[in-house]
Amino acid sequence: MTLVTHPKAQRESLAEKLDIIVTPIFAVLLAIIGMAVWLYSDIDDTTRSILAPEKIQGQLIDTIILGFASSALVVAIAIPIGIAVTRRGLPRVKTFLVDTLGLAQALPAYGLIVIFFSFMGSGIVTVIFALATFSLLPVLRNTIVGLEQVDQAVIEAGRGMGYTKRQVLLQIELPLAVPIIIAGIRTAIVINIGMAALAFLVGGGGLGETINSGLKLDRNPAILIGAVLVAILALVFDFLSAVAQRYLKPKGM
Amino acid sequence: MSEPLIRLENVSKSYPGTDAPAVGNLTLDVYEGEVLVLVGPSGCGKSTTLRLINRLIEPTGGRIYLHGEDVTDMDSSKLRRKIGYVIQQVGLFPHRTIAENIATVPKLLGWDKAKTSARVDELLELVSMDPAIYRDRYPKELSGGQAQRVGVARALAADPEVLLMDEPFGAIDPITRDRLQNEFLRLQQDLKKTIVFVTHDIDEAIKMGNRIAILREGSEIAQIDTPEVILSDPADEFVENFLGSGAILKGLTLKKVRDIELHDIPALEMPVMRDEALKVLENSPEKTAVLLDKNHRPLRWISEASLNRTTQPIEKSGKPITIDLQPEDTLQDALGVMLQSSVGMAVVVDRQGKYLGCCSIESLASLIISDSGGQAKS
Repeated sequence: MTLVTHPKAQRESLAEKLDIIVTPIFAVLLAIIGMAVWLYSDIDDTTRSILAPEKIQGQLIDTIILGFASSALVVAIAIPIGIAVTRRGLPRVKTFLVDTLGLAQALPAYGLIVIFFSFMGSGIVTVIFALATFSLLPVLRNTIVGLEQVDQAVIEAGRGMGYTKRQVLLQIELPLAVPIIIAGIRTAIVINIGMAALAFLVGGGGLGETINSGLKLDRNPAILIGAVLVAILALVFDFLSAVAQRYLKPKGM
Repeated sequence: MSEPLIRLENVSKSYPGTDAPAVGNLTLDVYEGEVLVLVGPSGCGKSTTLRLINRLIEPTGGRIYLHGEDVTDMDSSKLRRKIGYVIQQVGLFPHRTIAENIATVPKLLGWDKAKTSARVDELLELVSMDPAIYRDRYPKELSGGQAQRVGVARALAADPEVLLMDEPFGAIDPITRDRLQNEFLRLQQDLKKTIVFVTHDIDEAIKMGNRIAILREGSEIAQIDTPEVILSDPADEFVENFLGSGAILKGLTLKKVRDIELHDIPALEMPVMRDEALKVLENSPEKTAVLLDKNHRPLRWISEASLNRTTQPIEKSGKPITIDLQPEDTLQDALGVMLQSSVGMAVVVDRQGKYLGCCSIESLASLIISDSGGQAKS
């Protein structure tokens, strides 16, 4: 009688499984390519010093910090704004914001970092703000979409039962929007980790330094390994967010 | 009648930028324990009126009283916790189990866990769903009919005196709807809640309502009265048009089989001899008899002709009786059964299935004629 929904549930979990399996496979493939470059190409002393483990370690940590800090900033800004503009009376603000931030995303990240540099100076904070601006849109848009796709009947029933507007938001709308909001955060994290490779431009550190040194000193293996490391890091964070998405999704959906 | 439980006094609602108010100056009393149905064409403001009662829509003018107390300016969320609310789309919270859904208002009111849990089980049983099976399921695992049962249980959770229902059975298939309506009427007999029920379906209104308010545009009351009076004496052309043709047939849902005089068709109790049966049939005015089993349950229609046509044993002659009626069934049900029956009659049995008598199309017709004749005089 109620078993009808099971096939659908199974299909969903298959898609979810793929989501979690595919990313590690790509990460492993990339790691193999990196290893192959390291083992089979000409590695001279210059390349060795560019790829010194303690340097790479520091750059990895920088990149992770950049990715995390900028993503946290995005969440702290985009979700409250997303909530505010989906309350009544602000539809115009909503369109304006989404359009403006679309523009920010249309700018090259390179340009954005330089613009922030011109009034914030060099350093890691500049990069964090630039990255946050760049990746604000996916989180904001998904917050808006996530909140707007909540069935009006469910909200009406909640209000009709005697929930206050705040209770409806916290106990019904946000939990039901969580899967979509997290998908947006996931996109933002991947963008931020990837774009953090540009942080070296304004003295923000990160794996971009390895790539840059490789370019400057004409050492192709260093460029390749630097790029592979950035990609693997982005994939690892994509994977972690996929796992988070899975466990934070409300039950019954 | 006594003091109304809910009173709307000159309530109005208009939206800025529109000329005609959605609800204009409505005064409406709802009495304790009654089902008042608001019915009208779409866009007449009946749902708006319902939402004005629990202030999901704030009135622009007028006062609302509950138990004689002015609740127009009370905290609307607190007010709504005292009023059950059921909507057509049900609106169960998809991320919460059935039990959590039902416990919504008790939780808001701060009931303790044991009391809430006991209440959830009680309510699930009340709406004929096994708590052991359904408590921990999620709404997406329910069919439409089951979801609305849970919707009703959730609305009843904190035992509110008043229940507002906005086309609760509107999105459900006709067969399930009929069953839910009947169950709901049975529930209401025990619960005696004060219910305001919105529908656009006049047949549903007649079936569910103790009183019906027929609304026209702007939620203006065209007529408010019992279904019987509205059917037999519509106030104006609008009401008449809204009732549509066949008001007499609709009226049949208001009367029960026990209201008409039963035909005394002779019964033959098994085991019976053929000669004996023929003698009984000869004396029967309709030349028909009802064959009963040892427990007085009707089995077959036996007629003189059918008995003479064959040499088969008596329990194989005539036509089988497949459907019977009980005194609580409506005359509309009875009409359906009679039209299907091969002899133009329907057997009436008591709760145990024992034979009481038959009703015929003639007796139904004479009831309708005497009814409409009475009205013509008044």
